[in-house]
Amino acid sequence: MKIEGWILILVFVGLVALIARPMGLYLTAVFDGRRTWLSPVLAPLERGFYRLSGVKHDSDQDWKGYAASLVMFSLVATLALFALMQLQHLLPLNPQGFGPVAPNVAMNTAVSFVTNTNWQAYSGESTMSHLTQMAGLTVQNFLSAAAGIAVAVAFARGFARRGAGQIGNFWVDMTRATLYVLLPISILFAIYLMASGVPQTLAGSLQATTLEGLPQDIAVGPVASQEAIKMLGTNGGGFFNANSAHPFENPDPWTNLVQMLSIFSIGAGLVIMFGRMVGDERQGWAILAAMGLLFLIGTGIAYWSETQITPAMVAAGVDPSLGNMEGKEIRFGLSASALFAAVTTAASCGAVNAMHDSFTAIGGMVPLLNILAGEVIVGGVGAGFYGILLFAILAIFIAGLMVGRTPAYLGKKIEAREVKLAVLAILASPLAILIGTAIAASTDVGRAGILNPGPHGFSEILYSFASAAGNNGSAFGGLTANTDFYTYAHAIAMLAGRFLVIIPALAIAGSLAAKPTAPASVGTFPTNGPLFIGLLAFVIVVVGALTFLPALAVGPVAEATANTLN
Amino acid sequence: MSNKPISLFDPAIMRQAAIAAFAKMNPLQLWRNPVMFATELAALYVLVLFVRDLLTGGEGAAFAGQIAFWLALTVWFATFAEGVAEGRGKAQAASLRRARSELTARRIVDGQAQAPVAASDLAVGELVEVVAGELIPADGEVVEGVATVDESAITGESAPVIREAGGDRSAVTAGTRVLSDRIAVKVTATQGDTFLDRMIALVEGASRRKTPNEIALGVLLAGLSLIFVMAVATIPAFAAYSGGAVSAVALASLFIALIPTTIGGLLSAIGIAGMDRLVRFNVLATSGRAVEAAGDVDVLLLDKTGTITLGDRQAVAFIPAPGVDERELADAAQLASLSDETPEGRSIVVLAKERFAMRGRDMTNARFMPFSAQTRMSGVDADGATIRKGAVDAVVAHVRSRPDAVEVSPEVRKAADKVGREGGTPLAVARNGRVLGIVHLKDVVKGGVKERFAELRRMGIRTVMITGDNPLTAAAIAAEAGVDDFLAEAKPEDKLALIRKEQAAGRMVAMCGDGTNDAPALAQADVGVAMQTGTPAAREAGNMVDLDSDPTKLIEVVSIGKQLLMTRGSLTTFSIANDVAKYFAIIPALFVALYPSLTGIDVMGLSSGPGDNSAILSAIIFNALVIPALIPLALRGVKWRAAPAGKLLARNLAIYGVGGLIAPFIGIKLIDLVVSGVGLA
Repeated sequence: MKIEGWILILVFVGLVALIARPMGLYLTAVFDGRRTWLSPVLAPLERGFYRLSGVKHDSDQDWKGYAASLVMFSLVATLALFALMQLQHLLPLNPQGFGPVAPNVAMNTAVSFVTNTNWQAYSGESTMSHLTQMAGLTVQNFLSAAAGIAVAVAFARGFARRGAGQIGNFWVDMTRATLYVLLPISILFAIYLMASGVPQTLAGSLQATTLEGLPQDIAVGPVASQEAIKMLGTNGGGFFNANSAHPFENPDPWTNLVQMLSIFSIGAGLVIMFGRMVGDERQGWAILAAMGLLFLIGTGIAYWSETQITPAMVAAGVDPSLGNMEGKEIRFGLSASALFAAVTTAASCGAVNAMHDSFTAIGGMVPLLNILAGEVIVGGVGAGFYGILLFAILAIFIAGLMVGRTPAYLGKKIEAREVKLAVLAILASPLAILIGTAIAASTDVGRAGILNPGPHGFSEILYSFASAAGNNGSAFGGLTANTDFYTYAHAIAMLAGRFLVIIPALAIAGSLAAKPTAPASVGTFPTNGPLFIGLLAFVIVVVGALTFLPALAVGPVAEATANTLN
Repeated sequence: MSNKPISLFDPAIMRQAAIAAFAKMNPLQLWRNPVMFATELAALYVLVLFVRDLLTGGEGAAFAGQIAFWLALTVWFATFAEGVAEGRGKAQAASLRRARSELTARRIVDGQAQAPVAASDLAVGELVEVVAGELIPADGEVVEGVATVDESAITGESAPVIREAGGDRSAVTAGTRVLSDRIAVKVTATQGDTFLDRMIALVEGASRRKTPNEIALGVLLAGLSLIFVMAVATIPAFAAYSGGAVSAVALASLFIALIPTTIGGLLSAIGIAGMDRLVRFNVLATSGRAVEAAGDVDVLLLDKTGTITLGDRQAVAFIPAPGVDERELADAAQLASLSDETPEGRSIVVLAKERFAMRGRDMTNARFMPFSAQTRMSGVDADGATIRKGAVDAVVAHVRSRPDAVEVSPEVRKAADKVGREGGTPLAVARNGRVLGIVHLKDVVKGGVKERFAELRRMGIRTVMITGDNPLTAAAIAAEAGVDDFLAEAKPEDKLALIRKEQAAGRMVAMCGDGTNDAPALAQADVGVAMQTGTPAAREAGNMVDLDSDPTKLIEVVSIGKQLLMTRGSLTTFSIANDVAKYFAIIPALFVALYPSLTGIDVMGLSSGPGDNSAILSAIIFNALVIPALIPLALRGVKWRAAPAGKLLARNLAIYGVGGLIAPFIGIKLIDLVVSGVGLA
């Protein structure tokens, strides 16, 4: 374990904290509908768009209207993306002449990109035409991220508004998220990536002569533009199968650092935006601190674990001082790989710069735990924010009772309806993960896909369902996921993990917005101090642990204890 | 009722509860408590497995039998807890029933009292006559006469109270006894609907409905149980992946160990005990909802008189006019007050006695002038001196009218104004033509109120004093009593407006009142405590009735409400925190045959080799025993003190959260030592 590794981790956390505030202030301005420094350019565009689409931008929706708009929008997007993949051989911009994508994979992919999961049951460079990548996948990278941001904003309004029936206008929030937030940052980010050597071309592939003297086709394409939003929107779907481990996606340690920061930037900013919206920025910082606490613990464990190698590796003659370099890129090393793995799973991004499958048992369990914790450690854009607030509602409920008052969060009473909806939302993804894993683990179709026998194979299955239901999209690797069984099972998990959380979350927002806000007193428990931060982190860990301990026991824990015993 | 406190663990109640607990195990009753219902189903399921193993000679029979026994015992402990909580109420209800049983009534028809009929025949609006020695047959309002009434059957207070027509003391309660005189009562509630009936239903817990927070907590517990259904139901599939199987008994055990049986088993006992605590404070709540609301109160409206101040003004100082000795003034004031039986008069006598040791004197030739509203003075003519005391203006006018008048010093005026500014009442004293000085009468703030209000402030509750006094006087008393705010020159409609204003700002308001004109405000307040001595209208409007008619009791009511919620929250936290240890006990035992390496996470070092079920049995025994161990806590409530919410939470998290994590590790280990030592599994 090297001191540079720890410094990298701490510097990274510090940089996220630095970005959070300006991002939060900007997001607040954008979604409060105030003027920003981009307004002179973008406001006319925004107005023109509303006129064209007929969106009544000055009328708000209640939660049902908001949810219905979101569901309809996602449905249409899924169908359009599916159609594009089925018809790509008839459409232009297909230099490699790929045929239509297999229907089950196309369906899985369409669901995957619309739900901001970006689980990839295919190899991008050998399956998708440039048109599919650009007009289909990249467009969804923007829209699914914007939808997540929209739900987060609506959720924050639930706390900020009092005695109101409406929580905002979905179409306006979508438009603003895309136009003011995702597009400008992505453009700058893509330019930076191009400057660092990431390709951006419509050509199909390059011919090169390798050291062996043989010719080789090297796939290129419009990578930089997809790469930027893949990170910023916590999508994670790479242009190449190797994802951010590929030098064309992530050429050097600097692009690696910027990519990791961009994964967290909007998620962290949204939390600060929430604090601003409810009129007490420290409320946002408290939530961010709880996220940071869990993140540091997980990342520390993962990094430490990757520096330890198993007795089997020692026997095979690996130098123990190198740590576990299997499946990692030399240009990133242990710490940047462990950190990337923690970031991408904590934030529901799913981009990878190393093979999680090759991590040590404990090192690989940390990304898995990050996902199983509910994707709330910063989390996916928007999803992480409303996800952690669902936990906050449960934490507040128990804490509120313990101080002898009807529990209230930011002056909003937490009553049976909110508890019911929060429990429902929190249950959705464990339901999908456990049932999916149980079916896969106990049937031949499920077991057919695994690469390694024993507990490690079980971890591969568990990780895949966790990744799907958590809308993460990263793969543990090892699992052959393009079978009929897995494409459909994962699609169901992805849908459950997305919409069975969003709909109750919006219902909570609607219910809270309608309530009056009680002023705080010393009798109300402060939710901006260390006690709340600790409690929230504790509740997240305990709920996750209680739900998944049996599954983890027969997977990574069994593997880890067996390694120690040997 | 409170005159004979029944112990928490009265043997008779325990015996009854133990028997009643079996009846409560009936699934048709138990399904209302999903967690316990699930436990009972699991017990039955394991029982079937036990019988099967017994008949087929399966080797797990002994283990299954023990698990079935402990699961059933878990359910019984829970129903027993409820029975104990109800027991005390049942005993109280029985004595109340006796008071109600043989009530007869004599109707008044055309001004004539009729022959006695059963009280159950009465209708609302009818008039009945009650004379000394008779029991009042129905709740009603005195419309004629005055009587002393013994209300000890309801309040436990043996001193009789006065009930009279008109005014704020007109309500009478069925089952109380008239001790003197005769009253005519207009019936306001028929049998089955009277205060006594409501009280019986309340203390018995028959009318107990789940409170909003209880419902919300129930949802959370059901949700948790659902998570555990999934976590446990998927285990066979995980085991099948490794080509093995786990025992059904072990799975059922794991499930029961994980679902929140501790809080699920004690939840209703906590609620009943909370109501019971109120009843022991002689406060009746019409619903559990009101008790919960009491815990949420942000603002307390308190009437000045009787709540904050003693209600009578007391002399606190003699302020002599220039050139007058204080002793001379005290002497005159005492003389003038000797025959004055008002509290003010008595306090002047006492003050003079305390300050200058003046006492009994010969007053044979004295002629006393009683106070009258016209003269606004009282006094005495003795030994050729005319002594008067009274309102400053009146005394000054009296002095000026005399031939021997001496010019009143402006100092006296100043002193009088100063007393007025400080919230007191100045009383001038004159001998013959000379004003001797001022007696400072003061509204005396009750002892200890200031500390109570400071306590409330620490809890985040604001106190507002309501008074008819002018703002100056009100401000002085408010400052002295330490209330946060006051409403001076208050009319009943001002009270209502204030409550509405606070509620509009999102605050919860509590108040108490007794008069008919308090009824709208009582109804509007989130917690309205009506005095038992009050009018029927007030009693109807409030959601609590204080049998002792002690307005300061609001503070107790608030703390009982808080304690109720805290007990629920703390035991929930404890219950959930326990699960961590139970997982660590059961998971290695469950999978040990498939993954022997998992004994590595058996941090307790339980005896859980293949075929050794000691760890599972120990976890289940711990799970069962923790319920009776916590019954006293559930019934008494967790310790509560006035402190900011943050401090309370830190304390309760440390005790019930961290304690809940650690306790089962120790408990299960100890039980395991016994279980494996004795060789039970």
